Amino acid sequence: MVFRALFEKIKQGLAKTRDLFSGVAALFRMKGRVDRNFLDELERRLYLADVGTVATSAIVERVRQAFLDKEITGDVETFVKAELRALLNAPLPGLNYAPSGPTVVMVAGVNGSGKTTSIAKLAYRCQNEGKKVIVAACDTFRAAAVEQLTIWSQRLGCDIVKAQQGADPASVAHDACEKAKARQFDVLIVDTAGRLHTQAHLMRELEKIRRVVSKQIDGAPHEVLLVLDATTGQNAITQAEIFTKTIQCTGIILAKLDGTAKGGAIFAIKQKLGLPVKFVGVGEQLADLEPFDPEAYVEALFTR
Amino acid sequence: MFEGIQRGLSEALKKLRGRGRLTESNIRDGLREVRRALLEADVNFNVANDFINRVTERSLGQQVLARIDPSEQIVRIVYDELVKLMGPVDHSWRFAKDRPTVIMLCGLQGSGKTTTAGKLALTLKERGRKPLLVAADLQRPAAVDQLAVLGQQINVPVFTPEQLPSGTPRTPVDVCRAAVEYARRNLLDTVILDTAGRLHIADMPMEELKQIDRQTRPDQVFLVCDAMTGQDAVNSAKAFNEALELNGVILTKLDGDARGGAALSIKEVTRVPIRFIGVGEKLDRLEEFHPERMAQRILGQGDLMGLIEKVGRVQAELGQEELRRQQQKMAEGDFTLDDFRRQFDTLAKMGGVRDLLSRMPGGLAEMIPEGEDPETALKRIRGMIDSMTKEERRNPDIIDISRRRRIAAGSGTQPQEVKQFLIQFEQVRTLMRQMARMSMLDRLKMMVGLSKQGLFDPGARIKLKKGDTGHRKSAKERAEERKKKRRKKR
Ligand SMILES: Nc1nc2c(ncn2[C@@H]2O[C@H](COP(=O)(O)OP(=O)(O)OP(=O)(O)O)[C@@H](O)[C@H]2O)c(=O)[nH]1
Ligand SMILES: Nc1nc2c(ncn2[C@@H]2O[C@H](COP(=O)(O)OP(=O)(O)OP(=O)(O)O)[C@@H](O)[C@H]2O)c(=O)[nH]1
Ligand SMILES: [Mg+2]
Ligand SMILES: [Mg+2]
Repeated sequence: MVFRALFEKIKQGLAKTRDLFSGVAALFRMKGRVDRNFLDELERRLYLADVGTVATSAIVERVRQAFLDKEITGDVETFVKAELRALLNAPLPGLNYAPSGPTVVMVAGVNGSGKTTSIAKLAYRCQNEGKKVIVAACDTFRAAAVEQLTIWSQRLGCDIVKAQQGADPASVAHDACEKAKARQFDVLIVDTAGRLHTQAHLMRELEKIRRVVSKQIDGAPHEVLLVLDATTGQNAITQAEIFTKTIQCTGIILAKLDGTAKGGAIFAIKQKLGLPVKFVGVGEQLADLEPFDPEAYVEALFTR
Repeated sequence: MFEGIQRGLSEALKKLRGRGRLTESNIRDGLREVRRALLEADVNFNVANDFINRVTERSLGQQVLARIDPSEQIVRIVYDELVKLMGPVDHSWRFAKDRPTVIMLCGLQGSGKTTTAGKLALTLKERGRKPLLVAADLQRPAAVDQLAVLGQQINVPVFTPEQLPSGTPRTPVDVCRAAVEYARRNLLDTVILDTAGRLHIADMPMEELKQIDRQTRPDQVFLVCDAMTGQDAVNSAKAFNEALELNGVILTKLDGDARGGAALSIKEVTRVPIRFIGVGEKLDRLEEFHPERMAQRILGQGDLMGLIEKVGRVQAELGQEELRRQQQKMAEGDFTLDDFRRQFDTLAKMGGVRDLLSRMPGGLAEMIPEGEDPETALKRIRGMIDSMTKEERRNPDIIDISRRRRIAAGSGTQPQEVKQFLIQFEQVRTLMRQMARMSMLDRLKMMVGLSKQGLFDPGARIKLKKGDTGHRKSAKERAEERKKKRRKKR
């Protein structure tokens, strides 16, 4: 029963992603030749998906070179999709687990992007893989951030390490590492306060959390996931750049893909930083997290 | 970025420096960088394109000023248009007198509603209001706690679902309704509803918002939007506005480096003004929205303001010089069609068309058919003058039927219209000669008198004209004729 419900939910999530990437399909049903009109339309749709100037120009230019004045056929469609997919390149699926000892996953991002919720979903995912999970409430700044993660941990039935609001987040991370080691947890997920990448002192604080974690556990953090809000436009690129520079991100969770936004900035981010999307968030419930599938993402970009 | 815009424009327009007119192709080239800047600032693609078209139109035919780079002239136009689009903003608050004023916040998940609710409460409290914060987000874990903590920080009461009698339903709608009632009883005069984040495409949650709206009849509904939002901003803003008739938008997280193109897109698509901006997580980080600052931000860093001021100054100076020169000519009774043409170019540069009309010494408004866009009408008049020879412009008296036909053909108008225009011009000229001979005081009196009794009807004032019998077609009739003729041509 439980499994069935879960399966349905995931199917729904997938359907949701597909539904909402509508739009580009009609493009390939245009009649005639690949001309200025067609290329303008391709450009428009890519822009509207937040793909951005650099990536859009690159894709449109390549299509122009390959197909200008040729009949619009399935070849064009296949080509465009292949180009987009090539830009994303398949990342290693799932989390990079430590060969032994606790795997530490650090999660960061700008304010309100979906970090805490994604952590709950990720913990749920790990639990379903049979892992013993503990979370660390290192957002000691935002009002009721600790309570929020606490409620999730209660729902998940997983452990949590927390401190008073205003406590030093690095010391919470430290305690969490100790506990994870001592009590043999498989996965430690570290929640951090939302911060804009322009706030240098807060970025240093993040760096410190990372440093503390890496001193406590060999090879940690094994994953540093940047949570991006899919509704974010070109600013996502700068976010990715600076967060990666500061804490060496290993992947992206693209949250809120269940809306009408498409998060197309991931193309430029992948191009520029090589940073891949690992998971996508498609809702506010625990099951609403899916591994990122570039094939499906691009396909979804083109199917109604 | 701003440097990029300037470079692109200078490149495209460098040949023009100090001479010639801005043409469609050189403007388009120059504006390519502006378009790019808008897109990189996350202005919606369609909105950006419309915007560029508008700027192109406005720039067309502008005389290139000698003292400044033409690119600077265009940047000024771009800036002015941006400001115009995002403004004006009325920063005043309106409060109900006999009941609590209700303010409702809504928006996508994580946009900053709860924080903004706290910020508004603090702002209003500082203005002497007695706010009540209402925790109507029963969705997100610890959302109620979050608002409770914020309320405590600023010493503002928070209404939570627990305050409803046990056993009664506690939906967000119930909470909001009970909160308004609670405020009334406890003499709290401003109720701020913090609703749960929701997707604009989620039917049930949107329906819930509409219900809260119907049951509490908020005085102000604000959409809280993340300044980092990309192309999708128009979709969500449109949907929230359709569901709730927004009174304003609050743009959050502007303390980062997001360029905030969403501000432009949202205003353009919904016509709802941006009222406040959030510039930090702390509760005192709420500011009023200023279109000028936002325009500057969208165009990027650099000394934009310096440039804007410089262009404005040069234009004003040139305008003053030109006006003085024309006045001199008027005094000598020597006002030609060339001067007339130049005068309205000068004035056009100094302000909008409406403004221009109110500054022209007469005749112009009469020449504009009712219901026709003044810009179009002015373009027509300008076209007529441009189709005249030098000689004709200096001495319109020589314009006979065959010349009228030629001018009409050249400007896409009717010979009758050319005639009408020349008659009116003659009236203006007579008026000016009279004015030039008057003392300053008389001139003033005359202007005041004129504007009072219809400045733009010189015919009524100067009964000097003779021999002009027969039916004088009204501007409206002429416009209709023109339409008919156009239809025939097709
Ligand atoms: N629709 C949708 N909502 C989401 C998704 N992920 C998160 N949210 C919602 O987004 C809001 C913010 O999520 P949080 O997890 O609190 O975000 P955060 O990044 O931890 O926020 P801060 O800690 O305040 O910076 C909440 O209302 C979540 O329910 C998603 O994939 N889809
Ligand atoms: N830097 C910055 N952060 C802000 C601003 N406004 C809100 N935030 C932060 O953005 C995050 C989300 O804010 P919330 O007020 O919880 O957002 P919300 O819209 O109520 O979220 P949901 O209720 O989950 O939909 C928090 O971390 C806030 O501290 C702002 O103007 N600047
Ligand atoms: Mg959080
Ligand atoms: Mg909230």
